[in-house]
Amino acid sequence: MTDDTLMTPREPQLIALNVNGERHEVITEARRTLVDVLRHELRLTGTHVGCEHGICGACTVLVDDRPVRACLMFAAQAEGARIRTVESLADGNRLSDLQRAFSEHHALQCGFCTPGFLMLAEGFLAERPEATKEEIREVVAANMCRCTGYQTIVEAIDACATARRRACAQTCPSKED
Amino acid sequence: MTRQERGRPLVGRSVPRREDRRLVSGRGRFVDDIALPGMLHAQFVRSTVAHGEIMSMDLSAVRRVPGVVAAFTADDLAIADITAQLGRPRSQFVPTAMPVLARDKVRYVGEPLAIVVGLDAYAAEDGLEAAHVEYAPLPPVLGEETALADDAVLVHDEAARNTLVDVSLFATDGIDDIFDAAHRVVEVDVTTGRQNALPLETRGAVAHWDDREEQLLLQTCTQVPHQVRTVASRCLRLDERAVRVVVPDMGGGFGQKCVVGREEIAAAAAALRLGRPVKWIEDRKDALSASFLAREQHYRARAAFDTDGRILALDADVVCDMGAYSCYPFTAGIEPLMASAEMPGVYKVPAYRVRGRAITTNKAPTAPYRGVSRPQYVMVVERLFERAARELGLDPVEIRRRNVITDFPYTGVNDITYDPGSYLESLNLCERVVRDEGWYDTRTAAAAEGRHIGIGYACFSERTGYGSSAFAQRKMQVVPGFDISEVRMDTSGAVTVTTGTMSHGQSHETTMAQIVADALGLDIARVRLHQGDTDRVTYGWGTFASRSITVGGSAVRLAAERLGDKLRAIAAALWDTEPEQVELAGGHVRRRGGDGAHDVLTHQEIAEVAYLRADLLPKDIEPGLTATATFDVFNDGTFSNATHGVVVELHQGTGKVEILRYVCVEDCGVAIHPQVVEGQCRGGIAQGIAGALYEEVTYDAVGEPSATSFMDYKVPTAQEIPEVSIHHLETPCAFTATGAKGAGEGGTIGAPAAVLNAVNDALRPTGTELDHTPITPQTVHRALNPEPVP
Repeated sequence: MTDDTLMTPREPQLIALNVNGERHEVITEARRTLVDVLRHELRLTGTHVGCEHGICGACTVLVDDRPVRACLMFAAQAEGARIRTVESLADGNRLSDLQRAFSEHHALQCGFCTPGFLMLAEGFLAERPEATKEEIREVVAANMCRCTGYQTIVEAIDACATARRRACAQTCPSKED
Repeated sequence: MTRQERGRPLVGRSVPRREDRRLVSGRGRFVDDIALPGMLHAQFVRSTVAHGEIMSMDLSAVRRVPGVVAAFTADDLAIADITAQLGRPRSQFVPTAMPVLARDKVRYVGEPLAIVVGLDAYAAEDGLEAAHVEYAPLPPVLGEETALADDAVLVHDEAARNTLVDVSLFATDGIDDIFDAAHRVVEVDVTTGRQNALPLETRGAVAHWDDREEQLLLQTCTQVPHQVRTVASRCLRLDERAVRVVVPDMGGGFGQKCVVGREEIAAAAAALRLGRPVKWIEDRKDALSASFLAREQHYRARAAFDTDGRILALDADVVCDMGAYSCYPFTAGIEPLMASAEMPGVYKVPAYRVRGRAITTNKAPTAPYRGVSRPQYVMVVERLFERAARELGLDPVEIRRRNVITDFPYTGVNDITYDPGSYLESLNLCERVVRDEGWYDTRTAAAAEGRHIGIGYACFSERTGYGSSAFAQRKMQVVPGFDISEVRMDTSGAVTVTTGTMSHGQSHETTMAQIVADALGLDIARVRLHQGDTDRVTYGWGTFASRSITVGGSAVRLAAERLGDKLRAIAAALWDTEPEQVELAGGHVRRRGGDGAHDVLTHQEIAEVAYLRADLLPKDIEPGLTATATFDVFNDGTFSNATHGVVVELHQGTGKVEILRYVCVEDCGVAIHPQVVEGQCRGGIAQGIAGALYEEVTYDAVGEPSATSFMDYKVPTAQEIPEVSIHHLETPCAFTATGAKGAGEGGTIGAPAAVLNAVNDALRPTGTELDHTPITPQTVHRALNPEPVP
């Protein structure tokens, strides 16, 4: 048994996190969640905390490309993984197509849940670019929004997926090739 | 905006939202995003019993927990109590104090007793575990029957029979005779469950003393910044000038944040005591169980009808369970008084009598929640009409047609004058959409197959634009209503506008800018809104009761027009012409009829004269470019209206209520930004459906709340909320400067009644009628699968 496993939750440890392509070293308690370290140690405050028990999804980030609840993971568990937060979506001042779709479809009001929905959709569309609107609605049901009634969120993600497919049909080689 | 679109009015168009860029980039700044040097973190020791005397509280072990900096009780901090007041005689209203931290007695599970401050939130939470509190428990008062009993245990000693508010209003002469003589009398007994408004961002605050400004800076997520300032200054015994309340981005509020919270005041007191910034962020467990709740009401109502289905009289008894404390500034009167004043709604009710009571119980206190009593009384009145239609053999839509107000302005039996609306038109259009889509045929076909499809409607108005006279009528001692706005142009010709309203999702940065840009003929990109800062904004009543665009927007419009007048006056002086000959449009200041280069000035050129070349100004024009306006509504308010139509299917095996179709026809007067109005409707409908079918906070026999996580509190997701098709009607409002009526609450008001009616329509063959929300799968299942008769 190594000393590490005998550490109390309050003893600080040094961990290294790869967030949005940058390496960060953080001295933090083992018990701190990934979302707290992202927000309070790295000051990446775009990821929000809504419930701390994994239901609302406001803290959704991508860990190795998959949507994950950052409130249900200790920061230490994310060592060695590629983490992406909402801050990675825009290219400088240029918003991504997904971010623009959210704005165009009024898929956000107060904007608190929005980063979670954006990262959920970013991960999902990367995995299933051919997703139907029904599938999108099912995935959107993973997160909570209290303002929009969800319809415009579904429409925004669907519009983004459709536009990507259209662009791909013009430029990507077809699957049969 | 393309070049061609320039010059077209912005009001009425869904322009891109100004808020979005930062919010989709993760660059919004919510209260928990604030970090200050030396900042500490607070958590609250909360009562674990619903009702009891505090025998002892020992925090010595708390103070020894590593990372805990301090722990304070009420005695340590000596903060004055918060007391909300109504100007009514004691027989009608009993004021009760809400201590910031409980001193002698606890009145609900979750009530804050002490504040623990740590180096971080984890340490503060560690500290909570070490608190030792001894109670002498008292029997909890948890329901209407217990609360109103003659020998009831008292939640507040001063409130006999646990009654805080008891008013009887509008008793029409001879109303009993009308009931006795009526062709038909129908009755309902409607109850609605306790709900949580549930903004996704929980409550929170960061407080510190700013030595340079000699001010307490309280950054808090509130819908009512100036009112929080007033209470903070009084509780902490500071001049009001010495408190600055600043509201960052806000993750929703829905009313839960339009009252003053004890925790934000306690955090400020701790910051003053410690001389360091203190942050408090409510966790979800506390937000679900111990923050302000809403909606638990009981209506016993009856209505008399003639043979043609015309309503003759309405008689109601309303009891609202306000929980343990009366909220500031609205008081426990908010719900019963709203229900009492407005229950006749969109119908021509000739005789009316109502008793409205607010009772206090050992549950978390309540705050206004989107719609305030209107979701409930609309449900009650709509149920009465449905029942009357059944008993008289009339179509449910036809009976409404015969009773809705069609001649405006209409002064009701409730002494309220309704401004013009489209009550009949919205009802007709909604029914036509549902009929044209074939839902009546679908219902018939389904019934033949033994399936349970029902169609329900709700027809309602939403009183908005409450001015100070409307609140004064309610006898509030602290009277909301007006709003003040200032519009300031700088030397570059760019504009800053202030509003006392506070957006928490309603897009004020965009809609207020649209109003200003139109009034000044300015590019919207050159208009910036300041809100939620008591030092920057003169005064304001915040955002609630759908008042932002009706009242706040009107103040903004008037101030912008005043500034426009000054711009015109300066330009006219420069051109040696009359102000009427100057127009502001398309980003320029133009001389009417002129088309030469010397007939056009930029806003910047005028602004430079106003500030930098005062020597060029005529004597009667003061240098500088600011204008201020105050707006109040002196009539009885404005009335948005809508009809909602819902089609549901009930599942025999599971009792599930599935919404197959949702149609909303709404009229909020001039829609400043149609997409925003639709967003408000959809969001409101989702919360209304939540109340109708899913969400409820219940308490067990000892007063423990059932819902302390999202595992227990069923917030509907995208799988439960249907698509909503929205149809707009537009009856411009004559009482607001923008022609707009409020649009924030309508969805929440209409949805529960429409869903309940649809469910009851589907249950019709069973003979069961439901009059309680939320409608659970258990109740539906029981109705569809009655016990076999032995």
